[in-house]
Amino acid sequence: MRDLPFDLIRVLDDEGQAVGPWDPRLSPDLMRRGLRAMLRTRVFDDRLFRAHRQGKTSFYMKSTGEEAIGAAQALVLERQDMCFPTYRAMSWLHARDYPLIDMVNQIFSNASDPLHGRQLPILFSARDYGFYSLSGNLGTRYGHAVGWAMASAYRQSDSLALAYCGEGSTAEGDFHESLTFAAVYQAPVILCVTNNQWAISSFAGLAGTQDTTFAARAIGYGLPGLRVDGNDFLAVAAATQWAAERARANKGATLIELFTYRATGHSTSDDPTRYRPRDEAEHWPLGDPIERLRQHLVRIGEWDAQRHDDLIAQLDAEVRAAVREGEAIGTLGRSKPPLSEMFEGVFAEPDWRLIEQRREAGA
Amino acid sequence: MRELNMVKAINDALDVMLARDPDVLVFGEDVGYFGGVFRATEGLQAKHGIRRCFDTPIAEGGIIATAIGMGAQGLRPVPEIQFADYILPAFDQLVSEAARLRYRSGGEFWAPITVRSPYGGGIFGGQTHSQSPEAIFAHITGLKTVIPSTPYDAKGLLIAAIECDDPVIYLEPKRLYNGPFDGHHDREIGTWAGHPAAQVPEGHYTVPLGKAAVVRPGDAVTVLAYGTMVHVALAAVDETGIDAEVIDLRSIVPLDIETIVASANKTGRCVIVHEASRFGGFGGELSSLIQERCFYGLETAIERVAGWDTPYPHAFEWDYFPGPARIAAALRRVMENT
Ligand SMILES: Cc1ncc(C[n+]2csc(CCOP(=O)(O)OP(=O)(O)O)c2C)c(N)n1
Ligand SMILES: [Mg+2]
Repeated sequence: MRDLPFDLIRVLDDEGQAVGPWDPRLSPDLMRRGLRAMLRTRVFDDRLFRAHRQGKTSFYMKSTGEEAIGAAQALVLERQDMCFPTYRAMSWLHARDYPLIDMVNQIFSNASDPLHGRQLPILFSARDYGFYSLSGNLGTRYGHAVGWAMASAYRQSDSLALAYCGEGSTAEGDFHESLTFAAVYQAPVILCVTNNQWAISSFAGLAGTQDTTFAARAIGYGLPGLRVDGNDFLAVAAATQWAAERARANKGATLIELFTYRATGHSTSDDPTRYRPRDEAEHWPLGDPIERLRQHLVRIGEWDAQRHDDLIAQLDAEVRAAVREGEAIGTLGRSKPPLSEMFEGVFAEPDWRLIEQRREAGA
Repeated sequence: MRELNMVKAINDALDVMLARDPDVLVFGEDVGYFGGVFRATEGLQAKHGIRRCFDTPIAEGGIIATAIGMGAQGLRPVPEIQFADYILPAFDQLVSEAARLRYRSGGEFWAPITVRSPYGGGIFGGQTHSQSPEAIFAHITGLKTVIPSTPYDAKGLLIAAIECDDPVIYLEPKRLYNGPFDGHHDREIGTWAGHPAAQVPEGHYTVPLGKAAVVRPGDAVTVLAYGTMVHVALAAVDETGIDAEVIDLRSIVPLDIETIVASANKTGRCVIVHEASRFGGFGGELSSLIQERCFYGLETAIERVAGWDTPYPHAFEWDYFPGPARIAAALRRVMENT
């Protein structure tokens, strides 16, 4: 246990074999669903990133290289569990088959935007898919996951919580407060750090781990900490199952560092060549999570090149169709929810100010 | 003199102060090697070294706490908070510590820090990259709050803020970084090129904190604004043809009460403009001050034009933003009332 925070849990070796004590022995069907979720994330990201470049929306962020994390966790956790995401955990929604058209409409802030034009692109909220409301400020929902888990314990419900924090954001007080609360109340929560090596232009060491690991943060709080190859779908699944069993057995929280790599720029506003080598991504030693799971499935005879190409073509067609459908409703600025939506949802019921202002705005 | 946009003028002020005063340190998230997400600190680390200009962990409370500690010993830290929306994790440090250190220690310790932060909307930044939090800081005694509207003022005010022995919140209207945005988002966006206030002297100069600028003299109505809204107000005045006096407050604490009172007494009519939400906004304070001091000089009720009392909504950015049309309507109403 003591060594786990400094180790690296891996299941898939370089040849694509599942080896070692952490092999979760997932069914081929679940692995294929994982592969599909990761590919759907990547195809969607590429298409919508381009939509931003074409002026169809104001902002976009990709999860490229980190797709295994949300995909594996969404598939091994239960429907009633709640994920407290970061903007980089979109493969959770793809794994849970959140409708592509709803994503596109939110990203275009158009008349059919499920968040009524109120929120920045990709800062989704999807309660029915176990996906808590996102916000732009970093770290602030980590403690909500602990509170959600405490509520589950209080109500004797089975719903556990899983939260993500970027490695850079672990410097915020929220991260440390959340670990303290999780430990004190033995909350049934899985606290994840997605260590993708970069926080915009800052390398992971700037968050204070040059001589230690993020998983080792757990030690000081008396929690178990696992350090996991985040590009290894099977390792992520195994570690998550381990932590979920602990949580469901009332043994409390686990901290999981998911060691991965942000393969693209931070966002559409970023140019990573200003602060890291242009070809750094190609040298990332832990590979591409999609490629690694594909290799494994092929190796065990559950997948082949033809099926892979067909799947990509099919996902590409689905994403294109969703984007076309969203465009027909309207891209950013060409279609909007009714103006009255600006004034709704501030309170459960609008007060006089909002009623007067709505009138003044002509909504 | 050379022509600079507002980001470059801010960069120039930091450069001048780093060169002049070894106690000045510049730091924040992505501020050092990268030069800041808005490029305000570009080149400063290369020129002045990593001990003078450096990256910090993502922890706004930590950034401000350490700045206060450094300042207490005698340095002049100039921390950057990447967006004003992200000052809030540092709010306790600013309110309970920076603002009160001098008072509660009987003058033994104080915090000569300048917290730079881009604020305001108009860039489709959604709820957490668009807010205007100036009224929250103005409410805290012990903090100064400064907001430039031109490259010339940006440099001079920033140097004055760094040299000031009190903590200063220096809010940068990010919509003005590259040009004097007049609120007409649907028209071609202008740059600072050719604007007289983009002529920025080399080297050290200051624009004093607490001195407003009368950017357009007039007799009919007083318009009070700061930051982005100065340019929007000027556009509205032009479009109405009303002989308004437009005052750029430049700093809201300290506040140039004399210039405000003189103008309000002269015109007898006032329109106050800010981008922040209306209720509890700084316009309420301005309106009270004028009412208290100019009651008998006023011809009609004071109008406020401000953001609606909602979070900043992504799709409705330009419905939320108090643009020239809303200001012009207020100007006309104020002129009609007798
Ligand atoms: C409280 C707060 N401070 C600063 C920012 C600006 N910001 C947005 S993303 C980011 C980097 C986050 O890095 P990390 O936590 O590693 O997550 P990653 O983007 O790598 O997934 C920063 C500094 C913010 N959104 N919120
Ligand atoms: Mg990161």
